Amino acid sequence: MFLKHVALASGLALTAGTALADCQISGRVSIVGNEFPAIHTVANGAAACTGGDVKSNLTADHQKINVAGMQGNPAEYTSAIIANSSVVALMNEDVVRPLDDLVAQYGQDIPKKQLITIGGKVMAVAFMANAQTLAYRKDVLAEVGVDVPTTYEDVLAAAEKIRAAGISQYPVGGAYKAGWNLAEEFVNMYIGHGGEFFKPGSAEVAINNAQGVAALNMMKALTTYMNPDFLTHDSNATGAEMEAGNVILMNMWGSRMGNLMDAEGAEEKVYSNITVGGPLTVGGGSTPASTLWWDGWTVAKNISDEDAAATFQAMKYGTSPAILNDETMGQAVWMIDGYTPAPVNDGVFAAIAAGTTSYPMLPYMGLLHTAVGDNLSDFLLGKESAEQALADAEAAYSAAAKEKGFLQ
Amino acid sequence: MKHKSFFWFVLPSALAMLLFIFFPIVSVIIQSFHVEHEQVIRNVETCDLFGCKQSTTIDQEATAALRKAKPLGQFAGFETYLDRNHLAVSDVKSTWTATNSWREFGSQMLNLPFYKAIGFTLTFTFVVTPLVIILGFAIAVAVNSATKALRGPLIFFSLLPMMITPLVGALILFWMVDARGIIGAALQYLAGNPELSVKASTPLMWIMLMVYGVWHAAPFAFIVYYAGLQTVSQDTLEAARVDGANRWLQIRHVVIPHLLPLTTFIALMQLMDNFRVFEPIVSFSANAHATSLSWAIFNDLGGETRQLSSAAATSVLTIIGVAILLSPVLVRTWRDFDRK
Repeated sequence: MFLKHVALASGLALTAGTALADCQISGRVSIVGNEFPAIHTVANGAAACTGGDVKSNLTADHQKINVAGMQGNPAEYTSAIIANSSVVALMNEDVVRPLDDLVAQYGQDIPKKQLITIGGKVMAVAFMANAQTLAYRKDVLAEVGVDVPTTYEDVLAAAEKIRAAGISQYPVGGAYKAGWNLAEEFVNMYIGHGGEFFKPGSAEVAINNAQGVAALNMMKALTTYMNPDFLTHDSNATGAEMEAGNVILMNMWGSRMGNLMDAEGAEEKVYSNITVGGPLTVGGGSTPASTLWWDGWTVAKNISDEDAAATFQAMKYGTSPAILNDETMGQAVWMIDGYTPAPVNDGVFAAIAAGTTSYPMLPYMGLLHTAVGDNLSDFLLGKESAEQALADAEAAYSAAAKEKGFLQ
Repeated sequence: MKHKSFFWFVLPSALAMLLFIFFPIVSVIIQSFHVEHEQVIRNVETCDLFGCKQSTTIDQEATAALRKAKPLGQFAGFETYLDRNHLAVSDVKSTWTATNSWREFGSQMLNLPFYKAIGFTLTFTFVVTPLVIILGFAIAVAVNSATKALRGPLIFFSLLPMMITPLVGALILFWMVDARGIIGAALQYLAGNPELSVKASTPLMWIMLMVYGVWHAAPFAFIVYYAGLQTVSQDTLEAARVDGANRWLQIRHVVIPHLLPLTTFIALMQLMDNFRVFEPIVSFSANAHATSLSWAIFNDLGGETRQLSSAAATSVLTIIGVAILLSPVLVRTWRDFDRK
């Protein structure tokens, strides 16, 4: 398997017109990361480096193993591929090293925008972007005679017309599965209403307010147009609903638009009419109710300088223009020079252009995300008030934050 | 047996139990009494692909010395046990004084994560365990009275639910009860309600989880009872028949008393298993409707920020729960043993 990866990656490197000698390393490189095509491309790119030992462990459970795998000395993993929400978990445990010296020595040609700096120190190098935006069926919207929605209020109005026209009983989709997905939708909607999650500069939560209630009420209004099983639907399930022709409008990840628009899993009438729109606003606000995400790589702290240098060089090569070719180009919204976007990526670029905020990189945001995901379903099921649900989420967060030492 | 040979016989298993059961439990208990050091938060500017903004980060240098001196964190005693995400003592007190009826108190309590989890866990345990015993016994008696040629295939099919990996078995049922699945659609037809969805209703979801629990565990009870049935004395059964006992009376007065020790064994195993119900909740994506103690532990460890102390405290509470649950059966077994 490893040899096959190396062979494949070398092939890619050669077709990109770059000689293998471009990446010479001496040291150990061990990558842990999520499992999807773009990450495979990066790991294969890194494996094309010669002179060192490059291996990777790509799994959907990467978050459960990356901290433990980097805490030892020397660390098992010399690099973790992470997103803006999960880099925080590594920094909280102090297992990733600042990259400034390595950038100065080996990475002068990395574009400045790719460097993620926290407090003036480079902590990660980003290589792709993601965001949730509108996906819609242009044929159905034309049939009922509504314009492409730009706000959630438009979505509700369009959904009512689609239902009244008898086209679909549940025309709205959303990844509202209780837990991480539901919390992410709340984060989007709360930001869209102009909410702030914490009192400035502190770990004290502040979501039980007018914006929080408004966000929840909008979510509940949307769920009346969703399949009643919405609390069990993650992005896979709601994507399948759209491919089945049941869902007409939904807020969906840019990285999944390709699956919706390809010829697999849907009728021609459905997939050829699925179109990517921009991010939606809500409640008359101008900030989109969405968040921007990036994926990037880090270098472990508990490894020798030699291994750190090898890892840096290999990862830099794995995310360099050399990995881009016809096959890899469509796998993600690459933040790499030489990338040319396809129509499936319109949404993410629209989100960036519309000034969407990036997901907060705060040490305690993960705790709030978990607490919110666990406590909103009672409200959406009609068992308690919005204020009660928000108060529950705040209380659950505060107890967890005390345990983690963020609150006293 | 000589004490010396007894010692050498049990030494390997005792060592294994010490290593793999005792020490981990001790470490979990120690963990549950500690929380992390006070985090020093610093305001910083964070820049990513999309621009710069004010943010915060943990000042690692400030806590490095503290962490080195006390790697376990701050000693917190029972603080984690008593906080809102566990026993929620202060919330329970204030709810007790603020509510006027039992009903209101109960519904307020179920809003607290621990009591919500224990509510479902106990209901699941006390509904599923007896049903598993009754159903397992019924299948065993039925298979035992089938002709010899049929028994092999019958046993194989009866054991299938237990052979299927729990996560997969639950997922199969999950898709069958979907509004467009075979069971879901049949239920809609029977109820005459095209809007009916098992996954959207809390009571139906609870029932579905328990149906799964019985389906998955009944083969275990069946195979134990079936083995037991092979040891029922044919002489006693024949004597009962001579006395004019019909089939039901034979089962009631001969078979059931004979199998009573096995029932105790199955009850013990099932109480333990069902108290840590977990897989169906994950497979059914049921956490909006039902949570269990094991699910709470999984949830604490699965988030972007791992909550080790919280998970440890829930684990210890689970162990205590199992001990309380098993104590009546254990006391009974001990008395029986003593009498002999």
